[in-house]
Amino acid sequence: MREISAGTITEVVKRLCVEANCHLPQDVKNCISKCYEQENWHQAKEILERIVENYHIADEQNQPICQDTGVACVFLKVGQEVHIDGDINEAINEGVRQGYTEGYLRKSVVRDPLDRVNTGDNTPAMIYCELVPGDKLEITVAPKGFGSENMSQIKMLRPSDGLQGVKDFVRKVVEEAGPNPCPPIVVGVGVGGTFDKAAYLAKKALMRSTEERNPNPFYAELEQQLLDEINALGIGPQGFGGRTTALAVNIEQYPTHIAGLPVAVNINCHVTRHKTEVL
Amino acid sequence: MAISITTPLASKQARNLKAGDSCLISGVIYTARDAAHKRLCELVAQGKELPMEIKDSIIYFVGPTPAKPGQAIGSAGPTTSYRMDAYSPALIAQGLTGMIGKGKRGPEVVDAMKKHGAVYFGAIGGCGALLGKCIKKAEIVAYEDLGAEAIRRLEVENFPVIVIIDSEGNNLYETGRAAYLAEHS
Repeated sequence: MREISAGTITEVVKRLCVEANCHLPQDVKNCISKCYEQENWHQAKEILERIVENYHIADEQNQPICQDTGVACVFLKVGQEVHIDGDINEAINEGVRQGYTEGYLRKSVVRDPLDRVNTGDNTPAMIYCELVPGDKLEITVAPKGFGSENMSQIKMLRPSDGLQGVKDFVRKVVEEAGPNPCPPIVVGVGVGGTFDKAAYLAKKALMRSTEERNPNPFYAELEQQLLDEINALGIGPQGFGGRTTALAVNIEQYPTHIAGLPVAVNINCHVTRHKTEVL
Repeated sequence: MAISITTPLASKQARNLKAGDSCLISGVIYTARDAAHKRLCELVAQGKELPMEIKDSIIYFVGPTPAKPGQAIGSAGPTTSYRMDAYSPALIAQGLTGMIGKGKRGPEVVDAMKKHGAVYFGAIGGCGALLGKCIKKAEIVAYEDLGAEAIRRLEVENFPVIVIIDSEGNNLYETGRAAYLAEHS
């Protein structure tokens, strides 16, 4: 057994919360630059220029890229030979508490969805845990803004709806979202599993690099087709018209029941943030 | 060429602005989002005085990040406006002439804008670091208990916005997209 202390986890989560919020991942920056080159609408190009200027300011001044510093989604890959010395959930929440307080990040979490009193320290985190072979602990912090989260949808399609049904649903979600989720967006799609598994897969899809396609050639092709179809909608950056509606479509698939075809679409804005550290 | 606007914004001026106009706002604007709007509308319903000047004012839908030492404010980009649709018509009826946010608005808001002469501006969503730089001073004027959602009085300089919906109901989300598609499909 390898021992990892709760204190170490707190330190790492704290650092990742701040870094993820202030520094856009390189793959997202690359996608924005590529879309800028391909954009053929004047106003859309101007908005993409401002978006680039914004993340430069954030990089140089360690300033949050967006004021919605999100709810902290924390993805863990825990090696089955790792022993955590202490309460792992409390260690993560302490890291979020310290990161959001000392890092001048916005506290956006309410303690109850109906009484809506702010917890004051952005806890609790949304923690997703996967057990894997080995003696490592991988921690990813992904601050998730709710302008885009609110535009996400899930649908239990019929098996007979098939590929076309999946494509139609993804396009419909993006169309209905329109300007609200701060396009250009990143579209995370989960297909298969159960009701909850599909939603989890859609969120997990957003953790993959925007430059990396699904390893399965069929789904890699589907990602490209959907991206092209979404970018033909004309919504454009901020919804003012243009080619660049989405930067990437990332799909994660999983086996499902003979009677079902769950599809979840989790939308992220151009500030698609995540940062990983392996202990 | 951007149109310079200095607050207060009279409804007569607001009526001259057209969807698609780029504007630079200077002067005083107020922040409010969901929770503050709810409280403001409760005051309006009770016929009580509001904690800030509403006539000819502009409200910015924003919940900023905390200011670091030496900063007036942290990152401060717009939040999605439709969540304020239930409240905006009552404030427009009180004399509010401008709203800054992002995303679609409901017909009840557009009707109030047409009736009273108000505009809906968009700031670029997700550009909080950039937009925060245009805010030179920020002070809480009400509801400090709401944290990021408290009402703040902001002094802004050349704050960049674009008119999304004008006082005639023209909507850049519709016209901009249609113009792009007319040339590219």
